Amino acid sequence: MHELSIAEGIVDAIRERTGDARVARVFLEIGKLSCIEPEAVRFCFELCARGTGVQGASLEIDEVAGRACCRGCGAQDVAIDGAIPLCACGSADLHVVAGDRMLVTAVELA
Amino acid sequence: MCATCGCGGGPVHADHSREHPHADHAHEHPHRHAGLLAPPAFTPGRIVRLEQDVLAKNDAIALRNRAWLGEREILALNLVSSPGAGKTTLLERTLREVRGELPVAVVEGDQETPLDAERIRAAGCPVLQINTGRGCHLDAAMISDALRALDPPRGALLFIENVGNLVCPAMFDLGEHAKVVVASTPEGADKPLKYPHMFRAAKLMLLNKIDLAPHVAFDEALCISRARQVNPALEVLSISAARGDGLDRWYAWLHGAIAAIRHHDAGTPKDRALT
Repeated sequence: MHELSIAEGIVDAIRERTGDARVARVFLEIGKLSCIEPEAVRFCFELCARGTGVQGASLEIDEVAGRACCRGCGAQDVAIDGAIPLCACGSADLHVVAGDRMLVTAVELA
Repeated sequence: MCATCGCGGGPVHADHSREHPHADHAHEHPHRHAGLLAPPAFTPGRIVRLEQDVLAKNDAIALRNRAWLGEREILALNLVSSPGAGKTTLLERTLREVRGELPVAVVEGDQETPLDAERIRAAGCPVLQINTGRGCHLDAAMISDALRALDPPRGALLFIENVGNLVCPAMFDLGEHAKVVVASTPEGADKPLKYPHMFRAAKLMLLNKIDLAPHVAFDEALCISRARQVNPALEVLSISAARGDGLDRWYAWLHGAIAAIRHHDAGTPKDRALT
């Protein structure tokens, strides 16, 4: 359950910026290729936020689709979904350009 | 406080007459303020942009670990597998084989117990046990502390035995030279497809317990093709850590990797291409 570490990272990142200010909403970007499960993040976030200004904040999660360049066929912008990133040409030799990260994009203060 | 970005204390101003550096901001706008001493004051309802990668802190520590290891020409390998695939048995045998040739040290990660560290110590090797408790993986900060505690000599080989788990350790760069995934024949040929992130993050797959393959109806060629389906560049060695099959090739791989870091600075940045 690495989402616990992820949730701690989210709370730390916010507090580094806003300190103890009360936060109403947290905007997250979770890539579909990032190996991070949004529902597990929600569960862990509640635990990690307790006793901080982020406690009780709602999570707005934007799941970002995977995109890649294919080294196999040279395609520049391939949509990737499913657990195994594959180009339509059948190659798995991909350079992922989107959907493999997890960001705290912004917070809305209470 | 700057009305544009929310930084600086005091009343909101929008005249852009004062100056401050914007190095830690995700945006740029043409003004600067002086003396950013107080934490930012924020007004209710305002949106504060962070654009912060949640794994950035771990990755930054991993980068420092990699540089530390590189300066000392230490080859660090992050051994990952499901529980019971044979990582510790492989290590015990490997240590006995190579420690006469070069200094070796081990970091053991488990949720609980010092049992694995005791096995490694019995094999005559400096070892540090990390018990992660509720944690399911090692992270770069744990390894940073472990490196300073173990302080392996220049040119050493460092094995980091991660927590037995094919999911979480794939995400956390420790600063290692490479991840080596140990898969074992009783687990079945479909492990690479079930846990693609880990097999994608690894440089080498050791297919362990190959001596058991006939008894557990294991299809070696199918497993390897599935592993390469998720990671075309994956190197594969079939071994039996218990019986010794294929271990000469594993030792040769280790020597090749050691020679490579002695010829290149090991501070190679993490390849994020497929992780």
